Amino acid sequence: MHKPEDTAILQIARNTSGAQIVLDQVTKTYPHQPTSAVENFSMTAEPGELIMFVGPSGCGKTTTMKMINRIIEPTSGSIRIDGRDVLSLDPNELRRHIGYVIQQIGLFPHMTIAENIAVVPKLLGWTKSRINARVDELLETVKLDPTKFSHRYPKQLSGGQQQRVGVARALAADPPVMLMDEPFGATDPITRESLQAEFLRLQESLGKTIIFVTHDFDEAVRLGDRIAVLSERSQIEQFDTPANILAAPANDYVSSFIGHGAAIKRLVLIPVTEAKLGPIGDAEAGPITVSIADSLRDALDALVLSGAPALMVVNAAKKPIGSITVERISAVLGADIPDVQGAGLVSASGAGR
Amino acid sequence: MKRFTTPIVVVLVLGVLLIWLSSLTLDSIEQRTLNVGYIVERTREHLGLTIATSALVAVLAIPTGIALTRTRSRLVRATVLGIANIGQATPAVGVIILLAILWQTGYSTALVALVIYSFLPVLSNTMTGLQQVDEGVRESAKGMGMTPNQVLLRIELPIAAPVILAGLRTSIVFSVGAATIATFINAGGLGDMIVNGLTLQRFPVLITGAVLVACIALSLDWIAGVAEDLLRPRGI
Repeated sequence: MHKPEDTAILQIARNTSGAQIVLDQVTKTYPHQPTSAVENFSMTAEPGELIMFVGPSGCGKTTTMKMINRIIEPTSGSIRIDGRDVLSLDPNELRRHIGYVIQQIGLFPHMTIAENIAVVPKLLGWTKSRINARVDELLETVKLDPTKFSHRYPKQLSGGQQQRVGVARALAADPPVMLMDEPFGATDPITRESLQAEFLRLQESLGKTIIFVTHDFDEAVRLGDRIAVLSERSQIEQFDTPANILAAPANDYVSSFIGHGAAIKRLVLIPVTEAKLGPIGDAEAGPITVSIADSLRDALDALVLSGAPALMVVNAAKKPIGSITVERISAVLGADIPDVQGAGLVSASGAGR
Repeated sequence: MKRFTTPIVVVLVLGVLLIWLSSLTLDSIEQRTLNVGYIVERTREHLGLTIATSALVAVLAIPTGIALTRTRSRLVRATVLGIANIGQATPAVGVIILLAILWQTGYSTALVALVIYSFLPVLSNTMTGLQQVDEGVRESAKGMGMTPNQVLLRIELPIAAPVILAGLRTSIVFSVGAATIATFINAGGLGDMIVNGLTLQRFPVLITGAVLVACIALSLDWIAGVAEDLLRPRGI
């Protein structure tokens, strides 16, 4: 008894580890408004990619995202997930296979945490035992103890815990696509940082295709595989990896969005191992060392903090493997430093996260 | 303990009334009214009218409230709310007598008048309750793939339930008091005792009727309060 559109949705749903999203010439115009909210937006998100939409408030980034699950209907253009035109699918069925996390979280206050997470599986008609198993699994995934939290109500949780439940709830039916609208925007900086770190770890294992809207450029650099910097009417000013955008902003608009300290922001993305380390003897033994797991920014931070000209770099077993100086860090960013020039210079633009 | 204050007060008041009445020597007119059979019959009529009114109000005002929050037309919303406001603002006596003149006397007319009179609290609380549902909650429900009906039945109405129930409770108390005027159009109820007591200058009859109405109002309010607590979704 499946209608053709049902099978299309099932095909999208089956692909739980990330689907390709294509937006083609998408425009949204509201009646009685002279300019479009979104104009001719085209973009392709590859399976498993985490794409960040960054832009000032009112630039249309959220509108663009919400057209993918048809919370907002596009005026023209087409949106395809794994080649299927979402505009031809039943919007409610479609949304059950797209994870959706918003800044207000929107947990249902009259339902327990377990019931909140079970909403979409229930809509999809899963069996009780399957739902229960899935709820426990998801709570563990987001680091909340199922025995402790399942039967609590949202108001009994802190903001950070609520947002984790929000993410767990969006992941409930293992959707191939996730849409996230400033999900960590309302949390305090410390909670936000830990949520971001956990989210990155989670995404590494899940590999969903994620559209993530934020106005925080640092968050975009930290999380994104690629960043789309958007201006008025959701125009794409630059769409590239964080490292490339930091190294070569396409125009003044992008530069102004990056703000001050672009070089320092780039260092966050580059591991210490990318630098040409000096001999161990350059650094005096001290309490402050740099681990090879650190980023160059961590290394710079340690250098500034210690005041020493050079610091020891140690491996996972705390064994010294070299030393690092400010000059060696600058060299990675392409600075012309005679001392370390030519020696293992890795182009900064090629440095991944 | 606070929970049981109302029932205790009601029982005490009724006890005092009984003791006072038994200390009086009733004349033949008073005896015709102040006997168990008559009082039970009037109370039954009164309760019947009140409960039927509240049930009708719930069945009519809650869907109307839902429909009004869904309509985009401000005109429709303003018109319906305006009518409901007039229904409540007009003295119940006026509504009931007007209806009796235009239509007929008796139970049905009294019922209609009482429904009109106690419609507004449920209507406005239904609307307020639904409007108070957090926009993020509504959007995430929609974004998770709930149909509009599922959003209403599984999310909005349960969250709005405490506010709607509070409106219903107000409306029940309204209708207990207003039901006394059913006597003017021959629809029975405890109003009979109050009006008889007044016209025949028999104060024990008047006071018994008035005290019984007050006790019914207090008791129903108490029961509605308990129901509100039991029906309120946990977590809200």
